[in-house]
Amino acid sequence: MHSNSRAPLGLKFAAIGGLIFLLAPIALIFVYAFTTEEKSFQWPPPGLTTKWIGVTLGRADVWEALALSLKVAAISTTLALIMGTLTAAAVARSRFFGRETISLLVILPIALPGIITGISLRSAFSLLDIPFSTWTIVLGHATFCIVIVYNNAVARFRRTSGALVDAAMDLGADGVQTFLLVILPNIATALLAGGMLAFALSFDEVIVTTFTAGNQTTLPIWMLEELVRPRQRPVTNVVAMAVVIVTVLPILAAYYLTRDGEHTAGSDK
Amino acid sequence: MTDAVTFRGVSRHFGTVKAVDEVDLAIRDGEFFAMLGPSGSGKTTCLRLIAGFEQPTAGRIEIFGERAEGVPPYLRNVNTVFQNYALFPHMNVLDNVAFGLRVKGVGRAERHRAAEESLELVELAGYGARRAGELSGGQRQRVALARALINKPRVVLLDEPLGALDLKLREQMQEELRKLQRALGLTFVFVTHDQDEALSMADRVAVFAGGKIQQIGSSEDIYRRPASRFVADFVGSSNVVPADLAGVGISDQWASLRPEDIILDANGREATVTGTFFHGRVTKLSLDIKGQSLTALIPAHQTTPEIGETTRVSWDPARAHLMEREA
Amino acid sequence: MSGFDTTQSAIFTPRSGPLSRMVDWVIRHPRMFVFLMVLPITLWLGIVYIGALIALLIQSFFSIDEFSGIVVREFTFKTYGELLRPYNLDIILRTISMATAVTIAAAVLAFPIAYFAARYAKGKWKALFYIGVMLPLWSSYLVKVYAWKLVLAKEGILTWLFAKLHLTWLLDGLLSLPVIGGNSLSVSYTGTFLVFLYIWLPYMIIPVQASLERVPGALLEAASDLGATPRQSFRMVLFPLALPGIIAGSIFTFSLTLGDYIVPQIVGNSRLFIGQAVYTQQGTAGNIPLAAAFTVVPIVIMGIYLWGARKMGAFDAL
Repeated sequence: MHSNSRAPLGLKFAAIGGLIFLLAPIALIFVYAFTTEEKSFQWPPPGLTTKWIGVTLGRADVWEALALSLKVAAISTTLALIMGTLTAAAVARSRFFGRETISLLVILPIALPGIITGISLRSAFSLLDIPFSTWTIVLGHATFCIVIVYNNAVARFRRTSGALVDAAMDLGADGVQTFLLVILPNIATALLAGGMLAFALSFDEVIVTTFTAGNQTTLPIWMLEELVRPRQRPVTNVVAMAVVIVTVLPILAAYYLTRDGEHTAGSDK
Repeated sequence: MTDAVTFRGVSRHFGTVKAVDEVDLAIRDGEFFAMLGPSGSGKTTCLRLIAGFEQPTAGRIEIFGERAEGVPPYLRNVNTVFQNYALFPHMNVLDNVAFGLRVKGVGRAERHRAAEESLELVELAGYGARRAGELSGGQRQRVALARALINKPRVVLLDEPLGALDLKLREQMQEELRKLQRALGLTFVFVTHDQDEALSMADRVAVFAGGKIQQIGSSEDIYRRPASRFVADFVGSSNVVPADLAGVGISDQWASLRPEDIILDANGREATVTGTFFHGRVTKLSLDIKGQSLTALIPAHQTTPEIGETTRVSWDPARAHLMEREA
Repeated sequence: MSGFDTTQSAIFTPRSGPLSRMVDWVIRHPRMFVFLMVLPITLWLGIVYIGALIALLIQSFFSIDEFSGIVVREFTFKTYGELLRPYNLDIILRTISMATAVTIAAAVLAFPIAYFAARYAKGKWKALFYIGVMLPLWSSYLVKVYAWKLVLAKEGILTWLFAKLHLTWLLDGLLSLPVIGGNSLSVSYTGTFLVFLYIWLPYMIIPVQASLERVPGALLEAASDLGATPRQSFRMVLFPLALPGIIAGSIFTFSLTLGDYIVPQIVGNSRLFIGQAVYTQQGTAGNIPLAAAFTVVPIVIMGIYLWGARKMGAFDAL
């Protein structure tokens, strides 16, 4: 639906007010990263400084947490890409017994509160005698990343005409060629978008991670510790700002990728 | 001479649905063969069985004498023009057309030259760099055809290829397809639900209903001598009347009588006019003869009787056709 | 393009290569193909994940020995009885009230944003609305909580803003109220509510906007053509059509609030929510059966909720 008439004034104010509510707290992070105040959250900041950026860059614990988060996000995204795409292809392309169940199963890890996923995985790990490691974090993350990839891929599979696969095979492409030359190029942007969002989600996850990390520290766990028992507020401010900047870029990229995809993939109809 | 495609007792069942049921069929080499029928009649499934997208649940399929059951689409020297063209959206026109050669490992320069040639054949030379999305419906149709022809297939399958085009373009493409088919001497198998299209283009027509072939014959056979009430009705909406009324048989047989064969005749039998519909060249009359409804087409220049009037009509019994089966 | 070779075979010989042959075989057996595609997900989600959920469920029927603190592996409803004690029942009711309040507030706040973005925003505005929703959605959860700690702090921007507008009396009045008030915003239910609302609001906006975008503009024109006032066409046309989107959004806002244990821990008073209760019971208290029983509450609530939402067609709006 789109209208060429102008919005009622009340609606416009409500909408813009809503936007301010959504964006202002994030903007605030950027100001606090430069405040000279170390002990409280005083507003307005008594003075501005860039020294805390340098201090943060020199902190080994921050770097280690960041490295672990990146590693976990990369592996879980890869796993999610494989499982999510396979499942999406099966659900979108064929009818089989249990198809409905699978599409429900996939959204379960995000439909149920994270704490439930966390505690049940933790009890499963202890039941199976699996010690906590990077891999237990990865498994927890992959569980809910799958749905992100799945949603993106299934939408693209549905938009991409099934006749394209028929056409490729009809023209002499075998299964491998059909996948590489026709299927993959058509779903690539959806996978890239889904992958980036899954990465962002994993990079940020804290609730499930607190149950599956043991005593390892990902960046969100580091943040959580700072929030519960603040030790060095200025460093936390800077880390918070860095995290915001890092998440903005994939969002913008994903936006442009999926927007273009809607034009190309649907054009055969 | 070997037939291009033969079906012997071919069935394709989906669970309890008999999409194609014990079909026997022989498509001759070099002919333009139409499969005509309403949606769900099994004609498209038959086409997909020839292409290899579907495998038969029973029976035997041969393509130029070679067994084809279980052979995947990419090992069949048969190519398809798809209903909505199915052009690859991520490739330009030239790469679309060249696809068949690319997967066979033909080098870039050679396959592009062949694709240009193929585009020339469908009068689209110079369109290679465009994207499928930038073309009109008629042009996409031609690209799909050029793409199907590049592999030099033995049989070309066309799945309602003109369905998405407007009337004028459709008539033009019908003519061109027919010309191209004659020039190449290829076997074309053409699926359509449009009886005019089937009758005007095809050498022979197979009429499908309920997963079975109702009748196979030349266009004239199908039209003049429908084998069943279904064929008579579906192809050219004939009057199906008791044979004794038509004047060709006894009362428990049925005959087909084409509306255009009924003429206004002062010496004919009495008929009540229940409706008149002006169609430009002709006027359609709904008639009632002793409780039997009939449709007649009379040239528009003749004086049309009014609704409720009684008029007199007749027909040449030789134009009526006694049908073999009623159903 | 001359010379269609009529002597060429109609059926080609299969190409070699073990990979191609394997893929060929799989393609020729569609059932096998589908089976292989859904095998990994079935193994992981269907067996490990669901298995873990069931194991958790089973634990809730065990109990803990009060003296030794050891889990007794015998079927009993004792733990569920414990769940109904006033202290624990309070936790459950508190959480459900919070989730309901957050969901309603999110729907009210999301609607104008989604409606404006779907119907009026274009070009630059459209992009701004997209960023405005996506940025808070994908920003780090903890960063968002942290940002609100900054906003709500006693010495923070909100107090300052109220002072500048000479409205300090209003803030003080709000904080002096029972239940929702407190020492400062950051240790009150109002604060907890605001943070929840902020964090889950994008999850409401997106499905509502999606469902509104699917409403043809002509429908509203038809409604006003038939004599409906703007209020009537909202109530009788727009709202019913947006409802699946609102329900889809409420699945997120409700479920996420039910299970969260970090927000009330950082912003709020010391009274527990379900998530915190689960965390403490399984962690420091070591009472796994009670923790499991607590998790059954949101599972049951969400089960009923999802079932109802499915009936109302909310899954199509996701």
